[in-house]
Amino acid sequence: MFSYGKEYQVIVVGAGHAGCEAALAAARMGCQTLLLTMGLDTVAQMSCNPAIGGLAKGHLVCEVDALGGEMGLNIDETGIQFRRLNTRKGPAVRAGRAQADRMAYSARMKGVLEAQDGLDLKQGVVESLTVDALGVCGVETRDGLSFAARSVVVTAGTFMRGLIHVGLKSYAGGRAGEPASEGLSDCLRGLGFRVGRLKTGTPARLSARSIDFSMLQRQDGDRLARPFSFMTSGPVGVDPVSCYIANTNEKTHEIIRQNLDRSPLYSGVIEGVGPRYCPSIEDKVVRFPERASHQTFLEPEGRESAEIYPSGMSTSLPPDVQLAFYRSMVGLEHVEIMRPGYAIEYDFVEPTQLRATLETKKVAGLYHAGQVNGTSGYEEAAAQGLLAGINAARRSKDQEQITIGRDEGYLGVMVDDLVTQSTREPYRMFTSRAEHRLLLREDNADQRLTPLGRKVGLVSDQRWEAFQKKMEGIGVGLKVLRDHRVRPSDSSVMAGLGLEKLRNGVTLEELLRRPEIAITDMVPLTESLAVLSDDVLEQLEIATKYEGYIERQLEQVARQREYEKIRIPDGFEFSTIESLSNEVREKLLEIRPQTLGQAGRIQGVTPAAIAVLNVYLRKHKHG
Amino acid sequence: MAVFMPAPRSYTCEDVVEIHCHGGQQVVKSIIDLYLSVGLRLALPGEFTYRAYTNGRLDLSQAEAVARLIHARSEKSQSLALAQVDGLLSRSIFQYKEMLRESLVLVEAWIDFPEEDIPPETSTGVLSQVSGIIDKIGGLLDTYHTGRALVSGVSLLLLGRPNVGKSSLLNALLGEDRAIVNSTPGTTRDTLEESLTMGGFPVRLIDSAGLRDTGDQLELEGIRRAQGKVSVSDLVFVVVDASEGLTDEDKDVLEVCDNSKVFLVVNKIDKNCDQDLSCFLSAGLPVFAISAKTGQGVDRLREGVASFFDDGVSSPESSVVVTEERHRDSLSLCRDSLLRLRSAVEAGDSLEFWAIELRAALDALGKISGETTPDDVLEGIFSRFCIGK
Repeated sequence: MFSYGKEYQVIVVGAGHAGCEAALAAARMGCQTLLLTMGLDTVAQMSCNPAIGGLAKGHLVCEVDALGGEMGLNIDETGIQFRRLNTRKGPAVRAGRAQADRMAYSARMKGVLEAQDGLDLKQGVVESLTVDALGVCGVETRDGLSFAARSVVVTAGTFMRGLIHVGLKSYAGGRAGEPASEGLSDCLRGLGFRVGRLKTGTPARLSARSIDFSMLQRQDGDRLARPFSFMTSGPVGVDPVSCYIANTNEKTHEIIRQNLDRSPLYSGVIEGVGPRYCPSIEDKVVRFPERASHQTFLEPEGRESAEIYPSGMSTSLPPDVQLAFYRSMVGLEHVEIMRPGYAIEYDFVEPTQLRATLETKKVAGLYHAGQVNGTSGYEEAAAQGLLAGINAARRSKDQEQITIGRDEGYLGVMVDDLVTQSTREPYRMFTSRAEHRLLLREDNADQRLTPLGRKVGLVSDQRWEAFQKKMEGIGVGLKVLRDHRVRPSDSSVMAGLGLEKLRNGVTLEELLRRPEIAITDMVPLTESLAVLSDDVLEQLEIATKYEGYIERQLEQVARQREYEKIRIPDGFEFSTIESLSNEVREKLLEIRPQTLGQAGRIQGVTPAAIAVLNVYLRKHKHG
Repeated sequence: MAVFMPAPRSYTCEDVVEIHCHGGQQVVKSIIDLYLSVGLRLALPGEFTYRAYTNGRLDLSQAEAVARLIHARSEKSQSLALAQVDGLLSRSIFQYKEMLRESLVLVEAWIDFPEEDIPPETSTGVLSQVSGIIDKIGGLLDTYHTGRALVSGVSLLLLGRPNVGKSSLLNALLGEDRAIVNSTPGTTRDTLEESLTMGGFPVRLIDSAGLRDTGDQLELEGIRRAQGKVSVSDLVFVVVDASEGLTDEDKDVLEVCDNSKVFLVVNKIDKNCDQDLSCFLSAGLPVFAISAKTGQGVDRLREGVASFFDDGVSSPESSVVVTEERHRDSLSLCRDSLLRLRSAVEAGDSLEFWAIELRAALDALGKISGETTPDDVLEGIFSRFCIGK
């Protein structure tokens, strides 16, 4: 083994969506950072669908952005179709979704990494971690190089012992056309980590030239859409590309049914567990036999690319069956497959072995982020990568670790779920997982997280000034709403708002609470509102219209925080508390929660057990 | 008796008031209800010990002993709860939870999967399901009066000026239950308590001292005590003498009572069969004409008592009855959420606000029979709808 010699503070293994955020965060925080990837040509690769965002995922992108991450900027610049979902619903469940130009997305991110001061981007396959009594010390590559650092972030994706299945044939691989990583998960197992196996899949990529789009329904993007990043000026999606909707039919289903014996899923070859929310087309046909048709969105992979991604059609059937069933669909009669779909099994490290900082409990300085934690999705990965990168950097600088609460972000909800609940399938974010959903909006991600991003050193002066200006605007605006009264004598104003019958004066705030009145109706009434920006006005409207609900959620948050504040020290002797039942004690010993709040969310830990723990922890605290 | 223990010389080192009362469950419940109605809340399991510990009253070994006790108790109450959960109430609750979960599954699917191939958003199904549950929970809550009476028993107070025959009525009512009587002797001026059953309801019968306006110190004390008892009794028999009509003193006695739970018992009709009893109807109360001496009318009085406590839940074996105060509280919290949900739906509020109320309703039911986790809801979505792009 040859020691590379250069002193790094943070090493990131893997340059997917998690690794890129982790490495950028660490370098931007002033750490000498090394990013090692198996393939320099596949940085920030979109292995599955070429899209970013959607419900809860869009929220995560905005949170990454608010903390000073890169994903939002990257998709704003390389998106080729933007849409806003749930525009008719309330603000908390509206989300952005964008089709990316896959190659452009990857290329831009690579450029950002290359241009980042303090960051070395290198190709290399990490085979093992070096660890001493104090924790992690560095990594060793297959080529015989060793790199030293106090913090290491592992973002291995689906590469650890990746096994690709196409029909009954299988071969080792981390992604189509890329090798698997064989050594790393053995190394982690050797360090005592519990390692499990998951499964996921992807559809075939189809050639656009072979598709008859005239037979399909077109779906256009929004023109001039709202960007993901706080720092992207002006709307995005100026020249959107179109997606198309195709449908399976009885014949498609018949072909699939007749060939199930050639599916690795149904012949018992695959042992890993796949996601319920992303079933393969063969799963859909088997589980919902009453459905005569399933919908698929045909999404272009880029402006220049001919590759088309048929969403919802992931499959591990053999290539001949794939070709037959795709060709049974209207518009796809002559379709050519450019890359076949496949299923992949891979190792993940059970995330209950992590702290809420994403540092492993077993090995100090070792952080895990992304699919290695059993999650799914680019956004989930990026958000974890950012948090892991921040904490890895702070550790190197001997600064206190940060965590994000369930009431502060989807990132907090996700990490808390990961560290307290056992993973049975790849974890994907849904808004229904957030009990404080009304507080966790895309539109207020900056208010929730930008101060933290500033504190850790990821928010630039430019962003910070813009943020502060917005916050000042909100403060001024709320005061105007409370203080400005409309009098019945202002008859023209009243008529304008349809309120001729109003007898007494009302404040703008009271008026705005009425469902039929929007903030834009009030802007003409007073100059002090007219000078405020649109995003400030939006916040004023949301704060006023949803005040009752928001207050209820804030009360919930306050109750929950009581237990979050009570910390359980590392190595706490759960086994000495006789009054805990065996079942509860085993759960606590397995997961080793770090706060009383975490303990309470572990399934099977009763309120009585929490009361007992509470008494013990108070004692511990007072010595 | 109430004892005030100022801080820090109390168990918890905080100001503590202890209420000492007669050991009957009914009395305790009435007192607790009274406090709850003015805004106090029940202590959480182990809260007193917790406060005692945090305020430094208990050391760890003492706290541990108490913690173990709490644990043992909660384990036991959990198994008791499970026994109850095995019953009809739990089946109903389970049914409501399933229905609410179904609604939540739909709502969450509409929120999180706007682009998937799922049934279109509509409020009618959710609205009708929720309205149905609101009605059913209302029905359940109505059984609490009876349910509580059946399980915890009721208190029945005998009241009246002296010498109207309260004691003989007590004996007449006890007649058939002599075997289970556990008589507490006392002076004539003190109150006596007896236990018996009437129409299946356990009854604690309290014979008070005679109520009369008098300067006699001891008599006043008896009246004060009787008046106190009126407010915590479930039913009051105001006993009057048939031969004397409704006297001013009788009217004074009625004054101290709450009319909603008073039977006017006209005793000694054997003495005065010819007397026109219509004068007693003027009070506007249920009137029972009896003779404690001959037993005439006593059975009818017994039936009257049974039907007073039985709100049409005639055969509790076949219908669901709420007997626990905590169950009643959870059900009524659930109903409150569902009522808010209905207004939110009717006002056209967005789906995420429906979800908040549905979750609150499920959480309330979850306090009776296990929570509904976010994963339960996701499971419902994925098993019902073909999701996955």
